[in-house]
Amino acid sequence: MTRTREPESKSKTSSPSSSSTGMKLIVPLQGVVQGRGGILLGSLIPCALFYFFQLYLKKRRRSNDKHPSSNPPSPSSSFPELPRTPSRSNLSSRGSLTGVRLSRLATTISDDDSAYYVGLNRASRDPYHKLTNPDGIIQLGLSDNTLSLDLIGDWMRKWGSGGDDGLSINGIATYQAFDGVDELKLALSDFMHQVMGGSVHFDTSNMVLTAGATPAIEILSFCLADHGNAFLVPTPYYPGFDRDVRWRPGVDLIPVHCRSADNFNLSMTALEQAYSQARKRGVKVRGILVSNPSNPVGNMLTQDMLYNLIDFAEDKNIHLIVDEVFAGSTYGSEKFVSIAEILESDSEYIDKRRIHIIYGLSKDLALAGFRVGVIYSFNKNVLATARKLCRFSSISAPTQRLVTSMLSDKKFIQDYFETNRNRMRQVHHEFVDALSKLGIKCAKSSGGMFCWADMSGLIKPYSEKGELELWEKFMSIAKINITPGSACHCIEPGWFRICFTTMSLEEIPLVIERIRRVVEVCKSSS
Amino acid sequence: MGIEIEKPCVVELSNIAVSNTHGEDSPYFAGWKAYDDNPYDELTNPSGVIQMGLAENQVSFDLLEKYLEEHSEATTWGKGVRNSSFRDNALFQDYHGLHSFRAAMASFMEQIRGERAKFEPDRLVITAGATAANELLTFILANPGDALLVPTPYYPGFDRDLRWRTGVKIVPIHCDSSNNFQITPEALEGAYKEAESMNTKVRGVLITNPSNPLGATIERSVLEQILEFVTRKNIHLVSDEIYSGSVFSPSEFVSVAEILEARNYKDAERVHIVYSLSKDLGLPGFRVGTIYSYNDKVVTTARRMSSFTLISSQTQHLLASMLSDKDFTELYIRTNRERLRKRYEMIIEGLRSNGIECLKGNGGLFCWMNMSPLLEKATKEGELKLWNAIIHQVKLNISPGSSCHCSEPGWFRVCFANMSENTLQVALERIRNFVDKIRTHTLTAGSN
Repeated sequence: MTRTREPESKSKTSSPSSSSTGMKLIVPLQGVVQGRGGILLGSLIPCALFYFFQLYLKKRRRSNDKHPSSNPPSPSSSFPELPRTPSRSNLSSRGSLTGVRLSRLATTISDDDSAYYVGLNRASRDPYHKLTNPDGIIQLGLSDNTLSLDLIGDWMRKWGSGGDDGLSINGIATYQAFDGVDELKLALSDFMHQVMGGSVHFDTSNMVLTAGATPAIEILSFCLADHGNAFLVPTPYYPGFDRDVRWRPGVDLIPVHCRSADNFNLSMTALEQAYSQARKRGVKVRGILVSNPSNPVGNMLTQDMLYNLIDFAEDKNIHLIVDEVFAGSTYGSEKFVSIAEILESDSEYIDKRRIHIIYGLSKDLALAGFRVGVIYSFNKNVLATARKLCRFSSISAPTQRLVTSMLSDKKFIQDYFETNRNRMRQVHHEFVDALSKLGIKCAKSSGGMFCWADMSGLIKPYSEKGELELWEKFMSIAKINITPGSACHCIEPGWFRICFTTMSLEEIPLVIERIRRVVEVCKSSS
Repeated sequence: MGIEIEKPCVVELSNIAVSNTHGEDSPYFAGWKAYDDNPYDELTNPSGVIQMGLAENQVSFDLLEKYLEEHSEATTWGKGVRNSSFRDNALFQDYHGLHSFRAAMASFMEQIRGERAKFEPDRLVITAGATAANELLTFILANPGDALLVPTPYYPGFDRDLRWRTGVKIVPIHCDSSNNFQITPEALEGAYKEAESMNTKVRGVLITNPSNPLGATIERSVLEQILEFVTRKNIHLVSDEIYSGSVFSPSEFVSVAEILEARNYKDAERVHIVYSLSKDLGLPGFRVGTIYSYNDKVVTTARRMSSFTLISSQTQHLLASMLSDKDFTELYIRTNRERLRKRYEMIIEGLRSNGIECLKGNGGLFCWMNMSPLLEKATKEGELKLWNAIIHQVKLNISPGSSCHCSEPGWFRVCFANMSENTLQVALERIRNFVDKIRTHTLTAGSN
């Protein structure tokens, strides 16, 4: 009896899974036919029925075809009618009627219609522009920082072309070390030393450079865990982790829920609980993944909490990954403490080989386009593997040279940080103030580029559904793209992440006005 | 004071971290070590190991340098480029990539193919190098445990790029010298059946055209047979055309894109092309690769996945400028082809005068050299013994055919474009001496 392969599920059209339906028919039928010749009949009849059922489903599927995408214009192509295969024995290769198949992973990715992607798409199709498209969608869903880009632009204009000599490609055209050139590692080591408070020494031999922090997280996931294992991650968390950790490494993320009553600070009890529940389910937890300062809340881990996490990791013999990409983007009164600082001061009893730091220049230096990320680890084996893996995600050589040059301009870096910090503080203060006048309170935060806003008073019902309806209102009425808490796996509905670093002070009233529209709509309908 | 003993590290790493599927233990990479330990330098180390195992193109570097000198606006963010353009560029982490860059790449790819194929910029997905492109496509087209069919001999890096993180297998399509290592329908069917017998699902065929390590283009009729095969089996075809701009005579390269265009894109949704600037433009340090797919879903998915491997916006900006300068690209392509052809002829002649024949090649940065007459034993061990002697006595790093999974022992890939002409002469001289020695004395084991 031919078994059909699991049919591929389509992104827009969903067809029922025929093989499992088929099997449901066969098994009871086989049971029904007993006695002599029964086995023969018992197999033939189900087979025949199964075959006809398959044919019926295939015909249905053929008519629901096939090209789902609203994406790039196809070339002037005519995808032909696929030929009908007459042979009964080719039942198992019916793929030809349903188009050439992609992997399960590809299907998962292309089917992903989370608010994150939908929001991105819609915002990019109707982007706000002060002059040319004043009614367009304002993008407040990407944590970019344009507040101090003018400073970087100035530097680029002066020095970005290699000064008087122009940009030379001598020495950078050929293959470079995949994990980054020494000059850049040195410059980054210095930079990180400054950013993390001036008390930590970063050893360049513990660094692997990658094309952005995104591949850094993915590469670490590949090194520390196998397919099907899991990391514990406090919620709410950066939506991108779902992509970086789950997609290709196949590592699961087990949420450790944090609550507004604690200002979304992590509770060790919750961590312990999540760990033991995972164990009970037979899931192998390989590590904890935290971001500090936190995305999306913007709060920071205290020194005590960092020690607790280290102790926890030691006790369970698992890894601890700390994503510190926002370390230099702080505006509050709290001082940022890097885990590297703790390790430096207290390395006696801590096995540093289980602790890994992620860093990059996309946030603190607003250079997201340049793709500069860092894996910092004390584990020689992790470093050796990461070095081999980063060949898939290396930093472009001319950019390495340019960035080295910029980072070496210590005065510029100092000026940038001071100015940027002030501007962030100002905009944050103004914006949070204006939001609270609308009745929207934000979680207490001192770092990152966003406000974590409580809109639970505006949603009805008090559920994820209500939250997504509000998100839609923001998109279509207010025309701003913000990130709903459900995309960040927040357990309390109604929270939204709003990035404030792409707004100038002058633009705050405009944004607030738009938010007011939605607030009013919600109030009037309640 | 006691002796510091480092405690064994108790925290575990993943299987990927401890496996050796990265393939870096093979001779292909061991030869590099010999070079790294004792690299040749014309002046300071004339008896060092000459690197002929790295397919890098340095013959036309001067053209690039000259262009950048004369067109500094390509590299600047300067005058006329006010805040907004820079701001767009620096922040630009959109995985679509700069439109201007994609348009320039598309037009460059069209030029290489003599305008016989059209490329839509919106079907181009950017990746940080072809290495990432091939891996990414594998993730998209096949599940762990599935297989891609790849003709032998093939680029040793595929073992890592297609298999390591993806968990996908490579099943070889065996080719041999009887027909100049061309792919035949029988070989295709044979590979497919071999996969079936291992209960492995075949998801596609991956070809490199022109071929690495053969240095020869695939004939139109063979491409058509491959297309017919993949259509019949309802699987994918990935055509890695990374050396397409390095074919010595433009008319000899037929891209699968041309064939598809000629038949109005029938069956095109299963075809995907990989390209990069690492070979044709000699810019491997820039990390510039692309995937061109006729399949909408592959384009969308690849684009999302490219977040892990984007090209720096600075580099995109620079190259967009350079590659859309048609006068320059035309000059570059033409000159580069000519210089590569000259190098090729030089090495072929040099080898032939020592009685060493190569496969007739017409592109790429290397030649496929037949040293089987010099083998003590026509086996893989015999080949590795000879290779060892070449590394340690002749001091040339060349790649043994076995690391390319060649079914016949005695073939070697020799790169000729990553050195000066002088160095190439030195290499040929060393080969001459070596061959003379063998012909008159017994081959000794050498230092292993």
